[in-house]
Amino acid sequence: MLKYTFGRILSGLVTIWFIATATFLAMHAVPGDPLMNEKATTPEIRANLARKYGLDKPIAEQYIIYLSNMVQGDFGISFTQQNRKVNDIIQDHFPVSAALGILAITFAALGGILWGALTALYRNQLPDIIIMFLVILGISVPSFVFAALGQLLLVNINQWFDISFLPVAGWGTFAHMIMPSLVLGLGTMALLTRLMRSAMLEIVNEDFIRTARAKGLSPSRIFFQHQLRNAILPVVTVLGPQIAAITTGGFVVELVFAIPGLGRYFVQAVQQLDYTVIMGTTVFYGAFLVFMVILVDIIYGFIDPRVRLK
Amino acid sequence: MNRHPELQADDFLPEPSTDSLEQLSRPSLSYWQDAWIRLKKNTRAIISLYLIIGLALFTVLGPWLWTKDPSAQDLDQISQAPALPKTALLVSDYLPWTPPIAYAHPAEPAGYPDTLDAVTGFAPVGTPNTQSIRFTWLPVKDAGGYSIYRSETEPTGLQGLGLPLETLEAGNIIGFEDRLNLKSQTYFYSIIPTDGFDEFDVVTTIKVTPLQSITVSQALERGLTDPTDEPGRSVLLDFHPFGTDYLGRDMLARLMQGARVSLFIGVVAPFVYVLFGVFYGGFAGYLGGKIDQLLMRFADFVVALPFLLFMILFKIGFGIGPGESGILPMLVALILLLWPSTARLVRGQVLKIREQGYIEAARLLGGKPSYLIARHIIPNTMGVILVTLTFAVPSAIFTEAFLSFIGMGVAPPTPSWGSMCNEGVKTMLSHPHELFFPALFISITVLAFNLLGDGLTEALDSKMRSRE
Repeated sequence: MLKYTFGRILSGLVTIWFIATATFLAMHAVPGDPLMNEKATTPEIRANLARKYGLDKPIAEQYIIYLSNMVQGDFGISFTQQNRKVNDIIQDHFPVSAALGILAITFAALGGILWGALTALYRNQLPDIIIMFLVILGISVPSFVFAALGQLLLVNINQWFDISFLPVAGWGTFAHMIMPSLVLGLGTMALLTRLMRSAMLEIVNEDFIRTARAKGLSPSRIFFQHQLRNAILPVVTVLGPQIAAITTGGFVVELVFAIPGLGRYFVQAVQQLDYTVIMGTTVFYGAFLVFMVILVDIIYGFIDPRVRLK
Repeated sequence: MNRHPELQADDFLPEPSTDSLEQLSRPSLSYWQDAWIRLKKNTRAIISLYLIIGLALFTVLGPWLWTKDPSAQDLDQISQAPALPKTALLVSDYLPWTPPIAYAHPAEPAGYPDTLDAVTGFAPVGTPNTQSIRFTWLPVKDAGGYSIYRSETEPTGLQGLGLPLETLEAGNIIGFEDRLNLKSQTYFYSIIPTDGFDEFDVVTTIKVTPLQSITVSQALERGLTDPTDEPGRSVLLDFHPFGTDYLGRDMLARLMQGARVSLFIGVVAPFVYVLFGVFYGGFAGYLGGKIDQLLMRFADFVVALPFLLFMILFKIGFGIGPGESGILPMLVALILLLWPSTARLVRGQVLKIREQGYIEAARLLGGKPSYLIARHIIPNTMGVILVTLTFAVPSAIFTEAFLSFIGMGVAPPTPSWGSMCNEGVKTMLSHPHELFFPALFISITVLAFNLLGDGLTEALDSKMRSRE
């Protein structure tokens, strides 16, 4: 298990290096440069600014400086916001995105497992049909439509009952988080429900279920102890990549609900060609995702002994 | 020496052949025929298939049948909800109008009155139409002027009078003309008499619904009428079955144009990257060993890139020049980022198939690796590839819509379903159809491809055959 964990972490570090390099190359292929936004009217000012940000050095040297700074955990200073460190930006805005993402993935996982198990239990009966219809809707309708509809719903509820049921937009309290995270988790919830359902149905035909039944175990014990526990495995597997999808999918939700998260900040930085913020955010997100996938792999090793014995 | 008397010579004759045993009980079906039969039984998949064919026709043939220009603005019908063809009253070109003056009344009252009566006889002159609404009323004794308001909702007393349109500063001007951004809807006009400075607490409100109108010269310019038409007749306005957007552009034409963009990206990108993934994964899986490890390691790296962030990075990396639509950068970015999933899948399949007996046999007969891959291995992974392709289309369409929605996708004025949603969401409350239609088209397309993918997965699963 230790060797397995160590190997995963090592390959994760190499992956992060690859992400950093790809980001660096992609950023330097972008036409135009960040100094165009500054008031660099004369060539002298331009040259001074370029020197300040180290843009006058050859690409190879810039790359080495970039990597060595990154190893020390320093992403540099923003181009468009005077003297604001990228680290500070990430520190300020990432917790917001993370809180939103964690709540969304909790909704998605709990909902997915619950609905998936329900559909399998009531296979081809009314609950199954209704839930699967909603699942298909959840998979087919784009998240921004859900975001817009969710907001509209809140506006209407607040107006009809003339109360502040839930805030329509903004950030600050837990009440602000509920609707955005529901919307954000909806697509993943639909996906997990489908996965859970097919896993549950597949397991019903397994030998060990028949054995359990033959032993005389109660149906509820078979359902919870044998069927559900085994069906959760594939759900856990996709949870890693889905965390990735949810954190980046937060862009739209953050835009629609006016949440000061890192996703909204990234879109803004791209529009302003803020080199350091873009590179810092991308590498940070990449590292975060790699870390999450490794974490899920390790958790998986605990749940499923077959993985760690290999 | 007859040890076996019971055996005769004719016991050793061959049995007459029994053809019936050799016959196949079921007709011989190829893998694809078999899959097609099973797919046909799946109603949902077949409906989806028809939907996809319908969408393809909508995209390809639509602009031939519905020839309206998707970028032409119909300023008479901005943000129109879907409706039947509308007619407009043909009115003569605008001529300045002088409001009537009651000369018998003084323009300014002698002193400041304590009370004023409410205005009476407040009524429109002629036919109120969207070009202009003209009013007149009876002069109020001692009034030094009038204030006129317009509201789209009914005012209650002096509350909610709406937009202040005009303050007349003479008691004997008894006419007013409203030409301010009129639409064919009900308005509430209120008039309050003043002493020349202050309004009094008496109001008269009337309800006016102007007729949609168009001037002769505008109608001629747009070819809606011929020069012999007299004002007063009604002409048929441009028909917008799906309504218009916030700039008065025809939604149906834009949906068709947008379908070309969205479906082009949604179909071409998966096709290219699945093809690339098939060859990459095929070779990695077939060659095995060090090369396989190296190739798949690289694929793992690409998978680990945060997808949407890199989509945006690459897209700006390729740059969009002025006047370009940004379709190509998005296509390239999608292909560069999404091929590894197919490569991984195909590699897994190839590793499995490589060990099969018929591959061994083909290699013994002298088949070269490229021949084996192209002739035996890839055709056998075709089912999995087809399913991947079907599921790749909706995710590419989603990605396009998503990026266009956050303003990082197709550049305006090129419409795509995603960018139309982006525009529609801003007027969601007042004109929901501008969001509804593009969102509906995205949803239907994604739904159809997903259901077809489900059907194909079941139909192509050869395990299913033995169960029947």
